[in-house]
This record gives sequence, C-alpha cells and structure tokens, in this order.
Amino acid sequence: MKTEIISSGFGGQGALTIGKFLAKAGMREGLNVSWLPSYGPEMRGGTANVSAVISDRPIASPLVTYPDILIALNQPSIDKFGPNIKEGGLLISNTDMCPHGTKRKDITVIKAPMNKIAKEIGNMMVLNMVAIGIVIGKTGIVKYETLEEDLSKFLKKKNPQLLEANLKAIKKGIEIGKK
Amino acid sequence: MAEKVLMKGNEAVAEAAIRAGCRLYFAYPITPQSELIEYMAKMLPKVDGTFVQAESEVAAINMVYGASGTGRRVMTSSSSPGISLKMEGISYIAGANLPAVIINVQRGGPGLGDIQPAQGDYFQATKGGGHGDYRLIVLAPSTVQEFADMADLAFDLADKYRNPVMILSDGLLGQMMEPVEFKPAKTKEEMEKLNKQHYDWCMHPNEDEPDHHHHEINSLEIDPLILEQHVIKLGKKYDKITKNEQRHEEYNISADNKVIVVAFGTAARIAKSAIDQLQEEGINVGMIRPITVWPYPYEAISNVLNDKIKKVVVCELNLGQMIEDVKLAVNGKLPVEFLGKVGGILFTPDEIKAKIMDNRGE
Repeated sequence: MKTEIISSGFGGQGALTIGKFLAKAGMREGLNVSWLPSYGPEMRGGTANVSAVISDRPIASPLVTYPDILIALNQPSIDKFGPNIKEGGLLISNTDMCPHGTKRKDITVIKAPMNKIAKEIGNMMVLNMVAIGIVIGKTGIVKYETLEEDLSKFLKKKNPQLLEANLKAIKKGIEIGKK
Repeated sequence: MAEKVLMKGNEAVAEAAIRAGCRLYFAYPITPQSELIEYMAKMLPKVDGTFVQAESEVAAINMVYGASGTGRRVMTSSSSPGISLKMEGISYIAGANLPAVIINVQRGGPGLGDIQPAQGDYFQATKGGGHGDYRLIVLAPSTVQEFADMADLAFDLADKYRNPVMILSDGLLGQMMEPVEFKPAKTKEEMEKLNKQHYDWCMHPNEDEPDHHHHEINSLEIDPLILEQHVIKLGKKYDKITKNEQRHEEYNISADNKVIVVAFGTAARIAKSAIDQLQEEGINVGMIRPITVWPYPYEAISNVLNDKIKKVVVCELNLGQMIEDVKLAVNGKLPVEFLGKVGGILFTPDEIKAKIMDNRGE
C-alpha cells in the first residue's frame, strides 16, 4: 500500500510541516517514507508545497505528480494540484482560505474551517495540525499515538502549552475526518 | 541497530562525514547544497573541527588542497557552477596524490542554469573537467541513506588510493528527506590511527615520532623525465582502482528481460518506479545502476546481455552523457536508446514506461 500526498499552502501556514510529521510518523511505524519540498522561486501569494510518500515498499520516486491525498491550505493549491488528484482520491481543504473549492465530482472532499478552528484553540500555529488530524481520522495512514509521542518528545519540556494546543488540533481534525 | 532519523540528503551526508572523521571543511554556499554547509558550520565547532566559509569556491578547494597535505580528512561541497570553479584545484590535488572528498549536489546547467536537480555534470565528473591526465573516483548515490553511507566510503577510498573522490549527487537527493541510519562515529583512537597511517606521506608528521621527516607535496615537475614517471605512476594507480573499485546494483535482472535499463542516481530511482509498475503488469525489465560512475562498471553491463535482450535503454537527466559509456560496454552488440530530461525537470515513471514499451519490439 502506497499513499502519495501533496501538502500545499502559503509560506508560513505549515504545509511543509504537515508532510514532515506524517512522514516521520510513518517512519516510526516502520514504513518507508520520503519528503520532497518544492524549492526555488515562487511568486508571493503562490504555494509552498511538499510531496510526501508513505509506503510499505521501498519508494522509488519521491516526486508526487498524481496525489492520493491533496491537503490544500489555500485556493492556489487547489487550482494548481486539484486537477491531478487521482480518481477516487481525497481533497482536504481549508475553507477559510479556499473560497472557490473544486469542481471535481470524482473525489472525496473534506472541508474544514482550519483558521477558525485554530483560532478557537487559541494558536494560529496549529492550523496545520487540524489538517494532519483529518488525514489520520479519514485514512488511518498513521496512528495518533505516534504523532503524540513525537510531538511530546520535543515540546513537553520546552512548551507544554503549545504541545497541548497541537494535540487538541489533531484530535479536532480526527473528529472531522471520521464524520 | 541505530535509530532511524528523517533527514535531508544534504544534512545526512554532512553528519556522516563528521562521523567518518572529517574535521576540516571549506566551502562556499550555493543552492541546492546550502544545508550541507550550514550543517557543517553548526556541527564542526562542536567536535573541535574547523569550518571556513571561504571567499569563493576557488579559495575553498585550495584550502582543501593545503589541509589535505596535513594528512587529515578534508571535504568540500558545492553545486554544479561552483564545482566548475573548483576544477583547477581538483586537478592539483589529483596531481599531488592527495586524498579529499568533494560533493557535487548537481543542478541544471550549463552556465548558472537553474537550481533544480540534474545530471549534466557526468562528463565533467567522470572524464576530467580539470586539466591533465587524472581521474576522480566518482560515487553516484540514489537514496538519502546511500548518500550518507558514501561519505564513509569516499573517505576510505580517498585514503586508500590517495586520490580525490567525488560524490555525484543532485538537488533532489540533497533536498529530500528519507529515513537514515548512521554508523557510529569514529572514536578519538580510531582517528589518531587514521592520521598515523598518513605519516609516510603527509607534509608534517608528528615530531614526537622517532622516524619523522617532512615530505614535499607538489604537483609541479618541471623535468619532463620526472613528470613522465610521475604520470605513469598515476596511471598505474588508476588501473588498480579500475580493477578493484567498480560497484553497481542489478535490479530485476531475469531470463525473460527484453529490455535492460541503465540509469544512475535520481534517474535510476524513477526508472525503478517504472520497472516496478511494469512488473505488476507481468513485464520484467532489468536494470543496471552504476554506483561508481568512475571506474565505470562496463563488464557488469556486458555480462547481462544475451540474445533475448532486444535493446538497452539509458535514462539520464541530461542530453545523453553516460550513454557513451553504455555504448562502450555494449560494444555494438545491441541498439542503445536514450531517454533524457534537461532543464532541471524530472521524467515521470510513465515516460520511462512508454520508452521501455516502445523498445520491446512488440
């Protein structure tokens, strides 16, 4: 089983970190993973994006062209990668920043107001954790416990409040993903 | 087993180099290898190493030349345009019989090109680049793990043959993260032992040693008869390396192969994807992946050829450079086809699949 993910958003929204945490959790669970960021010139207001692959077999190409899952934190991400989502694939969109959404009918779309949820939790930094939660809730690709352990490792002592906000955001995401 | 960590290729090879005993590193930043120099800047001072961000690539490689003469493990790194600037120094280091490790995280060229992954420096790395009769040992990784493992191998080979070794990577392997396991770091005792092994040639061995004497390190031999002997000796060393150090990987080689793919580095990774997909459709395609691109594994390629194989397909992220070596290996026995991508763009597994299917003769 191989899952190819593109996570994309404005710089600063944490799109690259989504890919990193999913890949890291996959690695901890003994799966093969890769993480490949886009780098180079990008227009202001464009996308910062990452290809992440989680697979039970060795990963040959880390570059994702046709994702199983697209995590779109903003509208340009849907415009750019939406058409390439595999038939029957999954789009997770941040409705606060994706006013137009997608016209595709052959994929599953999960919408969530991630900005609003993060604001309610009290930290805009955890917006991306909501998206990770949705991925886990919907697909079970990695376990919540793995992420919790990983986050605890470097946040428990340094910033327990931030850890709590992160875990809250993931749990909220899982709830949405399971619906 | 050591714990796996998720790391960028650039950082992983830097960490592995430090563990292999590299304490001297000189470089100048350039995308897409800058994480490597950043990592060295951060970590070398913690292990009593010396990091210098030189004023240019030319300065950096000449610092490598000088530092290598002390018999310590020395490294530099850059990306394509920066490596071009280092070529003069690399020739001097090779001429002076010195070990050094040079990492090229290739990007698109020629000229300033772009900053995306490419393999356009194959000729430069394997056929010269600098002047004179010299050879670099050139290692081509295709995963982050292999990239990291090659740091250790590169230093060992450099020491063994007193010859510069290049790791020919690219922007994709430099930028991507994959799980890596590191070998334990060399202990102080192991490093001292390594240094002592160089006392018979290094510039200024430890004066406390009973039979210490200084050595001259030079690439200038103005007397043609002396230079002749020097270059003949170099040639003998290159023959020895050619005989002993060829490395390659065989992938999905089987009796029903009609096409053999030859690819190295990142191109080989993508070709593996295509081969895996074809295998699921019941079509077996074999691949040879050169791991050393100099010395080139000619025999590994000629050995897998048989009369069932119709064609050899070479995939490279350039206009066709390694294909010349593949043609030498195939020696006219079979047609050799080429699939290339330039500009820092990667081919997709689908494109490789299509190229393979076009050449199966069905």
